[in-house]
Amino acid sequence: MSDLSYDEILEKEVREANRKKKMWRWLFLSSVAFLVSWILFPIYLLAVNSLSSADVVNGWPKSFLPEFDMESLSFFMEYYGVLNALKNSLIAALFTMVIAIGLGTPAGYALARFDFRGKETFRMLILLTRAFPMPLLALPLAVIFINVGLDDSLFGLSLVHTALALPFSVLITSSLFLGIPVELEEAAWVLGCNRWQAFMKVVMPLALPGLTASAVFAFVISWNEVFAAAVLTVNNQTLTAFLVQSLSTSPVEVKFAGGLILILPAILFLFVVRKYLFSMWGIANR
Amino acid sequence: MNKKYYPYVLIAPSVLFLLLFFVYPFLEVFVQAFTSSDGQVGFSNFENIFTDYNFLPSLKNTLLLALVVVPVQLCMAIGMSLMISKMKKGRDTVLYILTIPLGVSDLAAGIIWLAILDQNGFLNSFLFSIGIIDQPESWLNYQNPIIIFAAVVVAEIWRATAILLVILVSGIGLIPKEYYEAAEIFGANSWVRLWKVTLPLLRPSLQTALILRTLLAFEVFAVVMLLGGSNMPVLMGETFNWAFNYQDTGAASAYAVVILALSIVFTLFYLRVLRVPKGARI
Repeated sequence: MSDLSYDEILEKEVREANRKKKMWRWLFLSSVAFLVSWILFPIYLLAVNSLSSADVVNGWPKSFLPEFDMESLSFFMEYYGVLNALKNSLIAALFTMVIAIGLGTPAGYALARFDFRGKETFRMLILLTRAFPMPLLALPLAVIFINVGLDDSLFGLSLVHTALALPFSVLITSSLFLGIPVELEEAAWVLGCNRWQAFMKVVMPLALPGLTASAVFAFVISWNEVFAAAVLTVNNQTLTAFLVQSLSTSPVEVKFAGGLILILPAILFLFVVRKYLFSMWGIANR
Repeated sequence: MNKKYYPYVLIAPSVLFLLLFFVYPFLEVFVQAFTSSDGQVGFSNFENIFTDYNFLPSLKNTLLLALVVVPVQLCMAIGMSLMISKMKKGRDTVLYILTIPLGVSDLAAGIIWLAILDQNGFLNSFLFSIGIIDQPESWLNYQNPIIIFAAVVVAEIWRATAILLVILVSGIGLIPKEYYEAAEIFGANSWVRLWKVTLPLLRPSLQTALILRTLLAFEVFAVVMLLGGSNMPVLMGETFNWAFNYQDTGAASAYAVVILALSIVFTLFYLRVLRVPKGARI
């Protein structure tokens, strides 16, 4: 017989369970904290480098705090070709965004609202593009673009980037329209709208945030793309092409500042569309 | 207009676009790869690249990199997505932070890790401050191929786990809660629930995630260029060299065909191994 009464045993067990629970909780929180800093700390270090003068960037040992010196960034901005490359990146990304949305939205609507012969074939074609390393298509297109006079042009590049972004834009918009009840549209038809009016007046306002998100996504895909940009642009380099092509010649502080400039808009944009980023992958998944 | 034609009119622009900028260039890659510089049809481009001293190392490095990186990322992503599915407070913030690398190109990721691992980088400064080294060590040089490889692995894990994470988190969200409740009633602990409920039902998501991720691993390029330079050739980097530095489209296309072939083989492999029986979908 134990000396402990039933109450005491129970109390001990509860205490034990609480201790275990606390330990798990602590372990859980610390792994969350670890993962978050694993992502954020490297970005922070890049920012430290970009916000320090060239001497500090090339010096040793390094401080883990930025000196908030704009020398590297302003040197980067004045470095030959950078401003132009930034502008080119922006233009190519905007082109991509417009074309991908312009082509993808109608197709997404068709997938969401109609049953038609060839629907599955079309869906297969869309999904197939994701089973191929698309940037490689820049190689044959480089030759073709020379023949049609699109070589070294931002428009040509954005066509390749659209090939990357279009499948996403179709899948995202189709899931978007699927989420808007068809009854709303039918009500508009009954009230005298034609299909186009019903779409513009009823569906569009509801779909707008999601459409913006998918546009932003297309923008980021183009902004970040390296291989096709580096192969297709020579004088009209985008920022990624510029950084890759001048890897061996540009000073390190230019690389670091360039890296930061490259990352910032993407992070900002993804923050704006973070709600959708998630659902669009969830659906694109199927 | 007949209503029957609406959907075709709506998809026509996309179909045309994809025919022009996906199907046609895709066929053209093969045409260029099998056309030698004098216009003859044959294997001369492949002979050129197969006899190049960089071909085998680049093939080996690319495959090895995928072999090391993808399984590690898969385990990490599964762990992270389970963690996120358990979270209540701060879930959205943590998810956003963990998916930030989705917006970071491999070029930018390479630059970030260069800032850390470079001779004058933060890692050396840290090691110095705790007294392990007394002068800057150059880690990323040709004498340390293994360290270069490890650096690329770390950078790749940092950059590209997010894509797996997002797909898996949404996949987990699709699993009905009742399955877990039933498992719990039958006495399954959380470990058994993971293996018998979550992972089997996650198969479609795992399939998509693995296909996407492995193909991306074959496309690795700028990270390696920054951290390894010419000391670690990879397929995509060689493709770029032939296309851009040597201006030889035929050889570059031959490399592209090799990458495409690898991608197709691995896609089919995953489709077969992780196939989801009809009727077993949620």
